[in-house]
Amino acid sequence: MESVGELLGFKNPDDMRDYFRQKSKKMESKTTTMKEAVGLIKEKDYLAVGGFGLVRIPMAFLHEILKAKIKGLTCAAFTSNLDTDILAAGGVFDKTDVSYAVAFEALGIPKMIRRYFETGSIQTTEWSNGALGWRYKAAAMGLSFLPIRSMLGTDTQLRSAAKEMVCPFSGMKYLAVPALYPDVAVIHVHAADIYGNAYIKGVLIADSDIAKASKKVIITTERIVPTEFFRNNPEKTTIPFYLVDAVVESPFGSYPANMPYEYFLDVEHLRAILDASKDETTFNKFLEENIYNCADFYDYIDKNGGLRRIEKLKKIEREMVGGYNG
Amino acid sequence: MGSVEYNDMELMICVASRVFEDGASVSVGTGVPCAAVMLAQKLYAPNLLITFEAGSVAPLLPTMPLSVGDSTTMRKAIQTSSTCEAMEMLQRGLIDYCFLGGAQIDMYGNINSTVIGNYEKPNVRFPGSGGANDFASMSWRTIVVTPQSPRRFTNNIDFITTPGYLNGSGAREKAGLPKNTGPYKIITNMAVMDFDEDTKKMRVESVHPGYSLNDVKKNTGFELLVRDDLKETKPPTKDELDILRNEVDPFNAVIGRRAE
Repeated sequence: MESVGELLGFKNPDDMRDYFRQKSKKMESKTTTMKEAVGLIKEKDYLAVGGFGLVRIPMAFLHEILKAKIKGLTCAAFTSNLDTDILAAGGVFDKTDVSYAVAFEALGIPKMIRRYFETGSIQTTEWSNGALGWRYKAAAMGLSFLPIRSMLGTDTQLRSAAKEMVCPFSGMKYLAVPALYPDVAVIHVHAADIYGNAYIKGVLIADSDIAKASKKVIITTERIVPTEFFRNNPEKTTIPFYLVDAVVESPFGSYPANMPYEYFLDVEHLRAILDASKDETTFNKFLEENIYNCADFYDYIDKNGGLRRIEKLKKIEREMVGGYNG
Repeated sequence: MGSVEYNDMELMICVASRVFEDGASVSVGTGVPCAAVMLAQKLYAPNLLITFEAGSVAPLLPTMPLSVGDSTTMRKAIQTSSTCEAMEMLQRGLIDYCFLGGAQIDMYGNINSTVIGNYEKPNVRFPGSGGANDFASMSWRTIVVTPQSPRRFTNNIDFITTPGYLNGSGAREKAGLPKNTGPYKIITNMAVMDFDEDTKKMRVESVHPGYSLNDVKKNTGFELLVRDDLKETKPPTKDELDILRNEVDPFNAVIGRRAE
């Protein structure tokens, strides 16, 4: 089977070696503001967003992208929903590698977002979650592809940009998935120091590989911690400083998505987003009120229950898995 | 034991929970599959190894997760790994079962969860593969739970998101998928189906109480094979329903929905 999807995010590993060679490996402060960090995104860039759609996503950063009126990006809709849905609502990207998008999993489907995909205004190349995870991994390994054993024989393969290959050792048929080297990645973490050393507690999804694969890495963090935290617990350095370009402190930055060990997802607000997305007028009004007319992310949280709501979500989380304790 | 009241959703979950032997391993998504796996773990297979594609391994699930990556899936987990690690467990042959839903399914168990209509400008866009294609490509046995209707059970599926037996016997192996894998059971609100060993076509194994074989056929858009030893499905037991309602889904997140 010959796949017909457009190859997106692929770069030559030798070019990437040249790029990574000149990248600074100094331990220097990278703390900055949300606005300046958004400024690292350039025209036509390929953007990768960390987390898992409703879990540990850099929402505060995504709001800032919408406010900056950035258009024409390509992005990965990998295990995505709320994250790429918000970007779609802002018309931020027009091409995407998609493995999972649109639906808020068990909660339902935001209808207006689905429309962007149905009208052909977003061009898609199809993958599975495993395939996109392995595309990041191939890039993280400094390679141009990885052989995998899924997607074969399906329309998911047909609409992808993967190629069939024969193993030179066993003669077996594999699917070669091309390396995915994003231009910019943004990943929300539990703790980071000023140099970009970052700690993720709980499931990693693909974030360790995304950080290695991307040209520029932006970390948004629940809290800034002293470097001693990492020097004393080096096994907690999920993402090391030399991969990172910017660090932005962003408390409650994943709201209304779940931040494991910190706060649970806000089901009530997510249902409000689903309701608002029923028609264009209501949805645009919702976006104006909750994103474009908010001075900052605290303003957004204040509009939706503020500290009282956050404390409630923190309590649910504490009872479920215990609170964050480093 | 007198008759116990239950709805279609509860029936599907209870029947699905009986599939797993103790000590088996399963990759699972949210919704009905997750409810069935939780019920199985509480009642039939205490050593069922549950994995989620966001990376959680062997959690003790308190209630139904809303996302396969949310904190519920991490409660008392033995390990929190990555999506690649979860998929590599499948690729190495460590996962016995995967458990899926789907918008459309054909007689070979191929599933569509991507688009209805033309791919470039679809009538309806669904989420896409997610982990489903990886699960069904590489786990040993695929179980699908979905309501029975001619719209869902059709040979005119618009997109094969996830492989069943593709176009019949030997097709998976020819495509390069791992040997001896494929759909194992299809569980609906009306029946349990398996697949004929030779043709790999869907076959009715048992019909649920309150439904006839004719009901099942009428609600299927293609010709179904029928096992010679066709049985009636054992109805949900009081134990199954009690645990499902009180422990697995106390907030009616799944069992309160209509199976349609």
